[in-house]
Amino acid sequence: MEEERYKKLKEIIGIYLPEDVKLDAITAESHFINELNINSANLVDIVLDVEDAFDIMLENDDMDQMETVKDALQIIDKKLAEK
Amino acid sequence: MKYQNILNALPYAAPFLFVDSLSHVDDTSVKGSFTFKESLPFYQGHFKNFPITPGVILTECCAQIGLICMGLGALNKSNTLSIDSTVNIAMSSSNMEFYHPVYPNETVNVISEKIYFRFHKLKCKVQMFNSKGVLVCKGTIAGMMKNIDNG
Repeated sequence: MEEERYKKLKEIIGIYLPEDVKLDAITAESHFINELNINSANLVDIVLDVEDAFDIMLENDDMDQMETVKDALQIIDKKLAEK
Repeated sequence: MKYQNILNALPYAAPFLFVDSLSHVDDTSVKGSFTFKESLPFYQGHFKNFPITPGVILTECCAQIGLICMGLGALNKSNTLSIDSTVNIAMSSSNMEFYHPVYPNETVNVISEKIYFRFHKLKCKVQMFNSKGVLVCKGTIAGMMKNIDNG
């Protein structure tokens, strides 16, 4: 289950990776902006895709806390648990 | 003038202000216009001896009217915009198609429809028409907008 969520999230992130970052650079510890070179606008698109993929809704506060891939997974887990 | 509070809050000045007036602003749509006076400085070089409005300037005009005015309207509505507010603005993407040239002294009308405004990112579908109602350009533009007074 965890593994499946991580795979799904990685697929979404992959869409928004710039050309200079390879797909296998994504780890749980990766920082979206500093390491994966994703800009804040694309981070919003990742969140919108995550909402659709997992059928959840994120708030501004969730977004502010989402700095790394692990943060995103934790937020997804939390939202799914609340459903 | 209508929507003077929004016009006052625009962070641009000549020669890079591309909004003259707004005829409609709400949460989901905007209508506004601008006249490209022949004295605008870019006509000296675009092109040599053949002044025509650059596509990048048409895009900017669409963004200022369609995106920024809508965003300022939305921020103002929730009463977070004061006269000395500072709104952080950055264009994040644009995808435009151009159909018709705009010559010096032409007036254009821009209409914009919101696609979404979430997590400080506003994305809009924009269209620009000349004074004869002919489509000049259209596309989608997105930007980040944040009122830093309110965090």
